[in-house]
Amino acid sequence: MPKDGGIGASTKRREDVRFLTGNGRYTDDINLRGQAHAFFLRSQVAHGKINTIDTSAAEAMDGVIRIFTAKDFEGVGGVPCGWLITDKHGQPMQEPKHPVLAEGKVRHVGDPIAVVIAETLDQARDAAEAIDLDIEDLPAVVDMKAALSADAPKVHDELSSNLCYDWGFVEENKAAVDEAFASAAHVTSLELVNQRLIANPMEPRVAVGDYDPWNDNSTLYTTSQNPHVIRLLMGAFVLGIPEHKLRVVAPDVGGGFGAKIFHYAEEAFCTFAARQLKRPVKWTSSRSEAFMSDAHGRDHVTKIELALDAENNFTAIRTETYANMGAYLSTFAPSVPTWLHGTLMAGNYRTPLIYVNVKAVFTNTVPVDAYRGAGRPEATFQLERVVDKAARELGVDPVELRRQNFIKADQFPYATPVAVEYDTGNYDATMDKMLELSDYAGFAARAEESKKRGKLRGFGIAHYIEACGIAPSNLVGQLGARAGLYESATVRVNATGSISIYTGSHSHGQGHETTFAQVVADMIGIDAGQVEINHGDTANTPMGMGTYGSRSLAVGGSALVKATNKVINKAKKIAAHLLEASEADIELADGKFTVAGTDKSVDWAGVTLAAYVPHNYPLESMEPGLEETAFYDPSNFTYPSGAYGCEVEVDPDTGEVEIIGFTAADDFGNVVNPMIVEGQVHGGLAQGIGQALLERCVYDADGQLVSGSYMDYAMPRADNVPNYTVDHSCVTPCTHNPLGVKGCGEAGAIGSPPAVINAVIDALQRGGHSHVTHIDMPASPSRVWAAMNAK
Amino acid sequence: MYNFDFVKPASVEDAVAALSGDEAQPLSGGMTLLPSMKQRLNAPATLVSLTGIDALKGVCRDGDMLVIGAATPHAVVARDAAADYPALAELAGQIGDPMVRNRGTIGGSLANNDPSACYPAAALASGATIVTDKREIAAEEFFQGMFATALDEGEIITSVKFPIPQKAAYAKFAQPASRFALTGAFVAQYADGARVAITGASENGVFRWSEAETALSSNFSADALNGLAASADQMIGDLHGTPEYRAHLVGVMTRRAVGAAH
Repeated sequence: MPKDGGIGASTKRREDVRFLTGNGRYTDDINLRGQAHAFFLRSQVAHGKINTIDTSAAEAMDGVIRIFTAKDFEGVGGVPCGWLITDKHGQPMQEPKHPVLAEGKVRHVGDPIAVVIAETLDQARDAAEAIDLDIEDLPAVVDMKAALSADAPKVHDELSSNLCYDWGFVEENKAAVDEAFASAAHVTSLELVNQRLIANPMEPRVAVGDYDPWNDNSTLYTTSQNPHVIRLLMGAFVLGIPEHKLRVVAPDVGGGFGAKIFHYAEEAFCTFAARQLKRPVKWTSSRSEAFMSDAHGRDHVTKIELALDAENNFTAIRTETYANMGAYLSTFAPSVPTWLHGTLMAGNYRTPLIYVNVKAVFTNTVPVDAYRGAGRPEATFQLERVVDKAARELGVDPVELRRQNFIKADQFPYATPVAVEYDTGNYDATMDKMLELSDYAGFAARAEESKKRGKLRGFGIAHYIEACGIAPSNLVGQLGARAGLYESATVRVNATGSISIYTGSHSHGQGHETTFAQVVADMIGIDAGQVEINHGDTANTPMGMGTYGSRSLAVGGSALVKATNKVINKAKKIAAHLLEASEADIELADGKFTVAGTDKSVDWAGVTLAAYVPHNYPLESMEPGLEETAFYDPSNFTYPSGAYGCEVEVDPDTGEVEIIGFTAADDFGNVVNPMIVEGQVHGGLAQGIGQALLERCVYDADGQLVSGSYMDYAMPRADNVPNYTVDHSCVTPCTHNPLGVKGCGEAGAIGSPPAVINAVIDALQRGGHSHVTHIDMPASPSRVWAAMNAK
Repeated sequence: MYNFDFVKPASVEDAVAALSGDEAQPLSGGMTLLPSMKQRLNAPATLVSLTGIDALKGVCRDGDMLVIGAATPHAVVARDAAADYPALAELAGQIGDPMVRNRGTIGGSLANNDPSACYPAAALASGATIVTDKREIAAEEFFQGMFATALDEGEIITSVKFPIPQKAAYAKFAQPASRFALTGAFVAQYADGARVAITGASENGVFRWSEAETALSSNFSADALNGLAASADQMIGDLHGTPEYRAHLVGVMTRRAVGAAH
């Protein structure tokens, strides 16, 4: 039994008290004395040449303080990209400048052209309407394949084409892969679209820039998942402000889902304008603005082929993907379709030969970057769809085809042909668990019952692998990352024994304030209420890389364990001194230091007090105080995996898909707080089901955003999702981090889309629509109906 | 939102007078008007609130008619029409979300005549009479295409008179994002025949499906609709459904409404 508040306990989230009572402190709650308001005038056309921007009438309007355009940013850097991809010919990707405000051209609807700073937001908005813009429409490129044609208009005139890079992975294997296809007994191929999504966190983005001219200090309050990353990118590359003069604070953040990882122009703008005007400048995104300025996600068009031998063993995989970058390179955009996608193409299978080709393309659309899962959902969707299709073509059970090709439990560690080594896993165990919990054996009877009601029932399976806590830094550096991927923690023990933790991870819904406290409390044996977690402020946290990619516990938690162990080691020395015993004989249990084999002991608070009131203390050999910092750089990714089963009913009259049941059997390694893990899986599943059935960002041929509001962009609601069956009892602990944890934040969004689509296809096939072998997401009623009725 | 003046008269006469001012617009629940003002797509100089006029509120039975005040919110219709005209109450109870149902009004919905709104289907299928401060307008004449009605400038709806059918039902297929009707069918059976009104589907707004009415008037059953198909001509095509899909849904939803009629 886990200790109350310790590792393994479903401790209730302490942060929810303030969140659920409306007492969170979000960036928009921050209002500084003398604050001015920024309104961004954004492009209404997808592509255009800026002839003139006449701000004279607007500047004369009430309340207007100043109007900024690109000319005010001469000498200021562009918004940087954090990852350099080298293409299949060894050449660097094409990397256009991303100016803070549009220079010369606008390149997508929502591209900021000018910013009005005024005393009130309404005044700023009124004045923005008075700015006289002369923008000459240019033809827009929206479709990726069209964007690569020789006569396509160029998004960036200074580049040779709209191709960002053409990446081959592993390029040296290409010939062998082609040979395997030439000699295959069976080849299954599938063309699919992984549609563009908009993250839509509940809290829109906000930035408040502040400047203290008397000591030349800048502060940015922002809705970020990683304030240190923003400080580094914005300070070093955009504004030229050194770290000691720049503080970035990301207070309570209302959801990120990836879209708040990146450094955005609005953040740099508010920081810059506050320095220029010597007063705080605030910008809060409207929801409409968020649709056209938050980085979008996914947007891949893929052809995948799977080669099998005569015994149905997978022999090779070959893919060609077009990945939309949008109009500019967002912070980590180039890494998503490459290293976060290509390295996962082995999935759970022993496929010996894999070749992945990715063409990244510039278009006149909002930049695309990481979104919950980032590259891994795209990989999993292709793979689990093509495996399902192969099973159908070969007339074999989709469960058995997967099992036959699984990497088996005794084959770990397992090096895949796509450059990663899985440390642990047991895919048969999660598959068994899912089949049991979903009563797969009883499916046929349920399908029969549905048929009597005129409904088509289907069961879809997906087994996913994911890679969390991307690392180590020296490897990712070789792969083009322009940042490290370690994490940090400071454990500051206070004199009376309470503990203040400063972590480089950032919580924007994950519950770190609860779970990180559980880890430290468990290690020392004190009440979790004695431990406070502080995060989100570069002024008091050590340099850390923040939260994304399901990395917080696996990387940030490991740093925390490391720092806590340093604290415990020092505390043992102090205890040894107090107890007049040898350090080697000191044991720590339940918050008490004991001399082994005796009843001599001193409690935790006795030691901490001695550390800060060092009257009886070995000052000649040890510093007073009890505070340690650790940085942890993982030696490998972690590899959560799991089996997902989705049961649907399709209404043949309307094409409507109802999810009847969804079972997730995940292997997350060890679990610190099962309740929070379950909540993370629920959220991930809702997002994955949203992608599978509802969500779709649509541009028309002119680059206008058609799905620009919730009237047309279908977010999942409570009644779109079923009661989930969630299990994480299959545990193969991670072998290379101290907690044996893997990460759970993205799994649901990775594994569920193929499970849902496989279930829809299964329902249609069973219902006699054998011509339907694929439906692109979202499988909306109209698409399903059209597929059923396609002749 | 731009600045505007706000008046909240207590009588229809005062409201009509206020609406004669320059660029004055009536405000009922504001569920469409306020978002468009916030986006600066609409800029009335004066908003004349109709929700302070008691005479415009409430549901009451008047012989074989159910009379609903124009400023009655959907939630009140869902509750107070349930005994006399359950299909109408059920339609009201499915509009939007709780906020919309407690703010949005029947008069506002009809005056706006959104091609995907639910109420126009009920009004047209019931052969309702739209009562204004000046006159009575038959539903047939009232709806004049997408967002267009017979209302004159400054004319306000005061109540809607619904002849109570023998049985009726509304079947709505929700657009996945907005949950407005992608296609909705309101079917009502009267002593002199059946009426079918379709919303959400046509580029011309709510319309009567006359072939279905003929079939149902001689035999009010879903089977009577076998072989009938609406034409995809002039149906709406958008990212949520093609004209063909909407035409197909016209048949499906009409059948479902007939099956559910009570």
